[in-house]
Amino acid sequence: MRSRTVASAAIAGLVAVALAACGGTTESGGAGDANAPTTALQTKAGGAGGDVGVFTWWAAGSEKQGLDALVKLFREKYPNNKFVNLAVAGGAGSNAKAKLASDLQNNQPPDSFQGHAGAELLDYIDKGQIEPVNDVINALGGDKVFPKDLLDRLTVDGNIYSVPSNIHRANVVWANVEVLKKAGINEVPKDLKAWMADMDKVKASGVDTPLSVAGTWTQVQLFENVLIADLGADGYSGLFDGKTAWDSDGVKTAVADYKKLLGYANTASDGDDWPVATDLVINGKAAYNVMGDWAVAQFNDKGKKQDQDWTWFPTPGTDGVFDFLADSFTLPKGAKNPGGAKDWLMLVGSAEGQKAFNLAKGSIPARTDIPASDFPPYQQAAMKSFKDDTIVSSIAHGAAVSLAWNADISTAISKFYVSKDEAQLVTDLVAAAKKNQA
Amino acid sequence: MRKSRDKLVGFLFVLPSIILIGVFVYWFIFQNVSTSFDRVVTRATKRELHPGGVANYSQLLGSDDYQHALFNLLVLTVVFVAGTMFFGLLWAILLEKGVTAEGVFRSIYLLPMAISFIAAGVVWRWLLAPGKGDQASGLNQLLAMMGLERFQSSWWQSPNSFSMAAMAIPAIWQLSGYVMALFLAGFRGISDDQREAARIDGASEWKIYRHVLFPQLSPIALSALIIVGHMSMKMFDLIYAIAGQNSYKASVPSTMMWTQLFQQGDATAAAVNATILLVLVALIVIPYLYYTNKTEKEVRG
Repeated sequence: MRSRTVASAAIAGLVAVALAACGGTTESGGAGDANAPTTALQTKAGGAGGDVGVFTWWAAGSEKQGLDALVKLFREKYPNNKFVNLAVAGGAGSNAKAKLASDLQNNQPPDSFQGHAGAELLDYIDKGQIEPVNDVINALGGDKVFPKDLLDRLTVDGNIYSVPSNIHRANVVWANVEVLKKAGINEVPKDLKAWMADMDKVKASGVDTPLSVAGTWTQVQLFENVLIADLGADGYSGLFDGKTAWDSDGVKTAVADYKKLLGYANTASDGDDWPVATDLVINGKAAYNVMGDWAVAQFNDKGKKQDQDWTWFPTPGTDGVFDFLADSFTLPKGAKNPGGAKDWLMLVGSAEGQKAFNLAKGSIPARTDIPASDFPPYQQAAMKSFKDDTIVSSIAHGAAVSLAWNADISTAISKFYVSKDEAQLVTDLVAAAKKNQA
Repeated sequence: MRKSRDKLVGFLFVLPSIILIGVFVYWFIFQNVSTSFDRVVTRATKRELHPGGVANYSQLLGSDDYQHALFNLLVLTVVFVAGTMFFGLLWAILLEKGVTAEGVFRSIYLLPMAISFIAAGVVWRWLLAPGKGDQASGLNQLLAMMGLERFQSSWWQSPNSFSMAAMAIPAIWQLSGYVMALFLAGFRGISDDQREAARIDGASEWKIYRHVLFPQLSPIALSALIIVGHMSMKMFDLIYAIAGQNSYKASVPSTMMWTQLFQQGDATAAAVNATILLVLVALIVIPYLYYTNKTEKEVRG
């Protein structure tokens, strides 16, 4: 295997090899990981050959269109490889993750699988189930094409374990233009206080629930937005490395603000999915909804036009911060076709692959060297702020915390939703951090 | 000679199922129990998650979240069992009185059982939506339409600690028909001669039920109780479909087990939880099996 790839590396004119030579610094292995690659990536024109099984939860809608676009490119660029789609359906990958966990446990890994970039991958790293892909990232251009903020958030003990394919923003408020007009609101609120004052105006204009929420994870996302607004980007990021205490005054203020915000919101069922809340804004039963930018697809589906029917702004108090979450692809340990898997990762990380995928999915590329002009207006704006803003990681979507920690925070938020007990929420958050923080 | 050969052949016939059940039930139970005693230290960060041994059990049993889940389970089970028994018996008596088009009613009552818990759960999530007043939907909206706004409730998301009783509503709706079928079969098994004899002796309808029919139904009532009771303790899919992941108000040991295994990746905590659940169910089922075995032997002589 090795000799074959080494021999093939000699073939002149290979894009990948040329790139590898450019970014040719060698990565030293991370602490305690003997398998960390120490050489630059070597690939073969037309692909390493064989089946490449790729596991995702992109089985429907815009996500599937994105995957299809990628697969089409993969077939063109790597004709030697045969793509095997191992997608498992189910919202946000909850079913898929259960299936993946058992496949990994049984040492039957796919050649590459989708995972939320960031801390959610820690579980796999901790169990030694995935390999570093520093060589792929370097071959793609490293921090010349990916924002350094982003790479820092993907790095664990000096190694990067996944190639990001797309980025979503989680600190966005979606608003109904007509409801705002009726309430006489013409300006974007500067901070949470101004925003709540606006909500009072909306209420006075006859809309009882200015803010809409849905099930538990959407509440976690709203809470994380409030945390960013009250703690600032640095204070918020400090929550995850121990620099900010979970029982600090900032967090307590955030909990109090979050409680006030819930006072403006509809009564949701823990089990509701996010479109329920977005639809309330679309129907004019609510003015605002805090949701990730996949909400654009929901507005488009209902035939609503940007600026005419709906508008957006960063959650008040979080302007200049980009609360990110990303999908990414990994290289599992013991993958049957690691060469083919690296071909897949190279495609996922390439400018061409990211453009095709994100245009179809409605997200933005992780690379910053793709011209924005080809994307629709919202995505252009998101790409600009992704380049300029401070990047922080989302809790609700596994970028900031591991799945286990996320589960504990979610349970605490679900408990708070009924009890509205501020002290209890702080206690639960502290306990969750103590249990899960490394 | 002949007899022992028959025995051998018989044994060979049941051997495959003995092996399959041995491996896929009892071996796995053993595996589960042994996992539950593991000491767990995380690989990368070297923190001790579980001390190992019996301490794993006191760790889980001592946690507030688990006690909350156990209490929820108790509330759910009591209301669910009482509800299904009540409605099951009521419908069985009504049908047993000889209604016209009995077959139609029987099908109507039994039909909910044909729907999977997940599918029913998606509908009930909406029916039990917690919004009141202007936001009312589902059952709350129905109450408003009937002018009964003051009975609107947040159902299983109400702040009081017995809110889990509302989660029993869909379960009762789904399984009352099954209990009805059991009771109906019991009523049909009692010959009409006995009722006639009682009537000739001047017994009122109520007395016929109380002293003639009900006593003969008690084995069926016990079976129904056990079947519905252990279903309630294992119930996962309905709750998961209605309340989603990580709902605190709706947490019971089985949904907690899902969180432990798939979200927290903590197989040991899940195994402890599963073992406790197994013991709880066994505490109900084993005495029942023992009792039925004994009575069957007595009948056979």
